[in-house]
Amino acid sequence: MPKLKVDGVEVEVPAGATVLQACEIAGKEIPRFCYHERLSIAGNCRMCLVEVKPGPPKPQASCALPAADNQEVFTNSPMVKNAREGVMEFLLINHPLDCPICDQGGECDLQDQSVAYGRGQSRYDENKRAVTEKYMGPIVKTVMTRCIQCTRCIRFAEEVAGVEEIGAIGRGEDMQITSYLEGAVTSELSGNVVDLCPVGALTSKPYAFEARPWELKKTLTIDVMDAVGTNIRLDSRGRQVLRALPVINEDVNEEWASDKTRHAVDGLVRGRLDTPYVRVGGKLQKASWDDAFRAIAAVDAGDSVAAVHGDLVDCETLFAAKTLLAAMGSTLIEGRQTGMAYDATSMAAVNFNTTIAGTEDADVILLVGTNLRWEAPLVNTRVRKAIKKGAKVFAIGPETDLTYRVDWLGDDLALLGDLPQAVREAFDGAATPMVIVGGAALKGGHGAALALAGSLNLVRDGWNGFNVVHMAASRMGGLMLGWAQPGGIADLAAAKPKLAFFLGADELDYGAFADSFKVYVGHHGDAGARHADVILPGASYAEKSGTWVNLEGRVQRGERAVFPPGDAREDWTIFRALSAVLGKTLPFDTIDELRAGMGAAVPELGSLGLKTFAWNPPTLDATAKGTIAGYPIKDFYLTNAICRASPTMQRCSAELVHGQEFAEAAE
Amino acid sequence: MLADKDRIFTNVYGFQPWNLKAAMARGDWDKTKDLMVLGQDGIIDKVKASGLRGRGGAGFPTGMKWSFMPKEPKADRPNFLVINADESEPGSCKDREIIRHDPHKLIEGALIAGFAMRARAAYIYIRGEYIREAETLFAAVAEAYDAGLIGKNACGSGYDFDVFVHRGAGAYICGEETAMLESLEGKKGQPRLKPPFPAGAGLYGCPTTVNNVESIAVVPTILRRSPEWFASFGREKNEGTKLFQISGHVNKPCVIEEAMSISFRELIEVHCGGIRGGWDNLLAVIPGGSSVPLVPAKEIMDAPMDFDGLKALGSGLGTAAVIVMDKSTDIVRAISRLSYFYKHESCGQCTPCREGTGWMWRVMERMRTGDADISEIDTLYQVTKQVEGHTICALGDAAAWPIQGLIKHFRPEMERRITEKNGGGLSPMMEAAE
Repeated sequence: MPKLKVDGVEVEVPAGATVLQACEIAGKEIPRFCYHERLSIAGNCRMCLVEVKPGPPKPQASCALPAADNQEVFTNSPMVKNAREGVMEFLLINHPLDCPICDQGGECDLQDQSVAYGRGQSRYDENKRAVTEKYMGPIVKTVMTRCIQCTRCIRFAEEVAGVEEIGAIGRGEDMQITSYLEGAVTSELSGNVVDLCPVGALTSKPYAFEARPWELKKTLTIDVMDAVGTNIRLDSRGRQVLRALPVINEDVNEEWASDKTRHAVDGLVRGRLDTPYVRVGGKLQKASWDDAFRAIAAVDAGDSVAAVHGDLVDCETLFAAKTLLAAMGSTLIEGRQTGMAYDATSMAAVNFNTTIAGTEDADVILLVGTNLRWEAPLVNTRVRKAIKKGAKVFAIGPETDLTYRVDWLGDDLALLGDLPQAVREAFDGAATPMVIVGGAALKGGHGAALALAGSLNLVRDGWNGFNVVHMAASRMGGLMLGWAQPGGIADLAAAKPKLAFFLGADELDYGAFADSFKVYVGHHGDAGARHADVILPGASYAEKSGTWVNLEGRVQRGERAVFPPGDAREDWTIFRALSAVLGKTLPFDTIDELRAGMGAAVPELGSLGLKTFAWNPPTLDATAKGTIAGYPIKDFYLTNAICRASPTMQRCSAELVHGQEFAEAAE
Repeated sequence: MLADKDRIFTNVYGFQPWNLKAAMARGDWDKTKDLMVLGQDGIIDKVKASGLRGRGGAGFPTGMKWSFMPKEPKADRPNFLVINADESEPGSCKDREIIRHDPHKLIEGALIAGFAMRARAAYIYIRGEYIREAETLFAAVAEAYDAGLIGKNACGSGYDFDVFVHRGAGAYICGEETAMLESLEGKKGQPRLKPPFPAGAGLYGCPTTVNNVESIAVVPTILRRSPEWFASFGREKNEGTKLFQISGHVNKPCVIEEAMSISFRELIEVHCGGIRGGWDNLLAVIPGGSSVPLVPAKEIMDAPMDFDGLKALGSGLGTAAVIVMDKSTDIVRAISRLSYFYKHESCGQCTPCREGTGWMWRVMERMRTGDADISEIDTLYQVTKQVEGHTICALGDAAAWPIQGLIKHFRPEMERRITEKNGGGLSPMMEAAE
């Protein structure tokens, strides 16, 4: 714990801290461009120079200098002021003065810091440098003349995303950041370089020229594109969400977000259901809410009713629907649309018990049937971090590029019962072992994986190494609320319900419900709406306050950014209104009453935060059979109704997954 | 004048073959095993006692540098010796002569130095443009391997030591020690941040010492002839002999081994046949390679050529690459050309050097033609001050110093050009950059 003085203020900093961190602890602002907490230290922008005694008679880069006992740091001395002004001037001499047409304007580090630390005028009378644009894929727009060569994007691509597709070529003032052969950057995390770029060199292509930051209303909420529960901020203007940005949450997403999280939002204004529809004579026709409700009541289903939820649904909606079905006398509710029927009697057996942040501490990891890179990109980055600390990773399943080195054992699930010697030895010597089971292995391999928890001693004091990766934002909430039948969705189909509700369910085989009267409650005119007899337009995740449980059992709540379009309503109010028409009035009139009821029914949902589930796995057949033919996600960019409606995601899919080439128009 | 019997580099002109047989006849590889019997700390103590300072330019005491290496290297983190043969400094050409005519001095030195610092191997990073020299060096290393002088049980000492030769690709910055390590590792040659210093984490993260070719090549002779012999040349703290490389406007440019602290006048008179056109025709001298400030004629004439003597003149010994300029020299153009060199060779990693070298060169070009305003001389000086000391490595300093030296000593000349061009000091009309 070194003690040092910063501008005369004595501070004690953790061992290993840098002078820059010490200055921050002392409350001094140090300007910086290349330094970023989550990336390696480059020390190349030279903006963070401070005077340090004892030391050479020149300013030192505080980001790279370890804090040491008895150091005296000066952040405001003439030497430091001079150095900052000098560096600022150098950064600006070749930076274009195009702030009025730059998308970074208003949230530009260079703008802010030049006001705070630069000189008033320019002395540079030579010609400025111009740099040709580089192509970096459908997400990242480049204006490379603005680049100040901080190399944050290079370090992000290499260290966090794990794709070495961005680099610097040339030297001296000809050094340029490029994607080498100017192919698209194929990382599912590429959008983060836009946030990292301190200037307007890398900006968001889909968001180009959409808005200025000061025009936007900022709403904190939770992302639903996968089960990670990325904390995001939706920036909206009027009734439209213009962009999604990650919010720092060290336990979940750090400060990253996947490209899907960021850019699926333009799907929120396309293909929306904004009025109820009723099928008349085989054709869906616009209707009023009353007509739609009456059509449902006319089915007179009694207790022959079932409900299926989709991947994006919040817990409030699930609870409202479940309560309505219970009042009608049915418990036929299910959320695993694709027919999965794994045992869900114990939450711990289907939870990501190690936690997302805890993954970093693992020393041996076995991936079973999971393409983490697509199923939970921000869990994948944690595995990368664990590897950096020395973890070893084995995997069962078809080989795929996870951005790190993996020992592929094969795609035979029977391996679970007969692990190779090397794997056994690695686990024998492990202090913090992890098994991560993905969707491709849950069918047929859940029992065998659970058996490994015992035989590999995954659950020990202060450590639970058994993990299941879910892909749907609503999955954990649904399981906690009991949306699981022993036989999965097949049980519902077998019951041949007269009336079936589909809550944003677009991924299931509607043929199994051919004889049911199908009510689709959702926000996009996707697969579900096409098969429906009645459509009730609901709200997307951006348009309601909702609770979601992420794959590690973290209960999180998001707020409403904009209102649903047209006649669409928040989903729980739809069930509340319908219940009155059906004569089974639900016992809550406000969302607070609903949440109180939900908390009473499932105590874990009564409060926010990480929930831990007692380790009491069910006894299942431990023999695994079959092979893993492929991973459940075939196209990362088109996994739900919102992305399928999003032009940006369609473009990403066409270019990055299917290899279609796009011609770029010259500007 | 250094007596012939006191010369370390006895084949610097290539009058004899470079090969092992000839080298052994000159006394190289003579009972090398006995030198190693001194023990690792014994060798380091002797090198310290000799007063040898690094010959690459900075003049850091070589023995002290070696003593920073871990005394007990771990099996998975061996020590490494890296020998800097990336001689790219304009004016320098001493390592080239050593490698092409006396490579075995270097290889023997590598073994002894590597043994002293408990290194597993030495990497010789040779400048890419030194094509014939690299061929010689590859052949010499192969000869030494074949003779059992290096490799397993080197010289029968029981010590295993490998020597690898690695060719650069033509970047000046790879002569900076940490950029050299990056380049050796196969990365883009960009200097690293210090700390950590190479002795803590260098090549592949292992403890590493980077030494100049000349520093290494003189070590066997120092050990054979005793540190006291070596220390008997030159002034205190500037001991030893040194290869001086005199180029430019002298009658006979040459590379010559001389005692340190020899006066400039003696060096030129004895070895170079005097200044072209006589001593009155001398304009200025860059005494240590392009990156040190120039020294005007009257200050340098009787100055001692060593680290401290030239430092006192506001310049430096650098690599002892003496560039002599007589009065026919367009001094502004000469310095402007150096500015172009630094602009061209800046790696582009850190801001002041990347942006500043180009700016300085462009202003210098206008200074050359006089197409500037007198106030810009001050601006230029401030820009050099904004680069100096603010960069990761010393290339920023090296780019700034020549210009500072020019402004310090030749400001009237710069002003004259501007005034003449502008017909009496009228300010030119400025065009704003877009």
